[in-house]
Amino acid sequence: MSKFSKKKKEMPAVNTASLPDIVFMLLFFFMVTTVMRETDLKIKPPKLPEATEVKKLEKKNLVSYVYVGKSMDGEIKGDVIQLNDKISTVKDIRNFILAKRESVAQNDINKLTTSIKADIGTEVGTIYDIKNELREINALKINYSTIAVPRKK
Amino acid sequence: MAKRAIPEINAGSMADIAFLLLIFFLVTTTMDIDSGISRKLPEKQDPNIKPPILKEKNVFVVNINRDGNILVENTDFMKVDELKDVAIKFLDNGGGKDKDGNTCDYCKGKKDPASSDHPNKAIISIESARGTDYGVYIQVQNELVAAYNDLRDRSSNELYGISFEELVKRAKDENNTKRKAEDLKVKVKRVKNMFPMIISEAEPVKFN
Repeated sequence: MSKFSKKKKEMPAVNTASLPDIVFMLLFFFMVTTVMRETDLKIKPPKLPEATEVKKLEKKNLVSYVYVGKSMDGEIKGDVIQLNDKISTVKDIRNFILAKRESVAQNDINKLTTSIKADIGTEVGTIYDIKNELREINALKINYSTIAVPRKK
Repeated sequence: MAKRAIPEINAGSMADIAFLLLIFFLVTTTMDIDSGISRKLPEKQDPNIKPPILKEKNVFVVNINRDGNILVENTDFMKVDELKDVAIKFLDNGGGKDKDGNTCDYCKGKKDPASSDHPNKAIISIESARGTDYGVYIQVQNELVAAYNDLRDRSSNELYGISFEELVKRAKDENNTKRKAEDLKVKVKRVKNMFPMIISEAEPVKFN
């Protein structure tokens, strides 16, 4: 037998003792980042339009959402507006925004944005009514919520 | 009595449980960042104040009817993707002087005296029917914003060698020193003022 004869080495098994730790770490990451939707949609989920020139909405707590779409069961004709968890009318927007203003700090009031999440089949007239109502109470910053798509070259 | 050793809890399945939870959160997580076209509404107007008289050549009228057809300047039917170039041509024309009497030295348009005088004076007006689809309306808005962004990009590239988007991003960077932040703010403002976004929206007409 030569001096350098190869001993048969067994492959050591990979130590999996720290696997739970890794999994837990990932778990915590996803638990922390998960945002459950705060409002249940009472209207048909609006199909947002696509746009290329989009801006991100930065501070989520300064945004009020106005959902516009068709009613879930099709009972109500025309466009339906949802604020918070309730189906509302254009007239309710005023109180909705004023309530939002109460809930934020004084110097953040002019940073409040209204995000309009409207279905592509909505009538422009409805959107105009909403905008007019917002103008009445001086809530001038709005954002037409869209799906961002890259620009075509 | 014999002392019985308390058996250790088997932690082998811990990983499985954690995995199960992990998969649950993976599936339910939605990382959507809200984004959209930002716009500032005009302030409420006093009905007694008469609107200023504008020269027709300084107003670029885009009309959308309830079938989603787009009519530009009351003469040309157009597709959505043609809109941007026409709007750029209009904004970039620089055929005359602004209200302080300066000519537009950064405009690269045709200097057609029948089109807009100066980007400061050029107004885009969107008129639509109440029954117009919101999708079409947003597409038009998007194209018009794109026209402004293209022009601002061009100016920013000429002046500072970076795109407007990059300039805004840098100005918002929180790691900037105070002086640098001020400086960038001035730059952003300068580019914005070269092509101020003036989009007016008329009240939608009921019958079309």
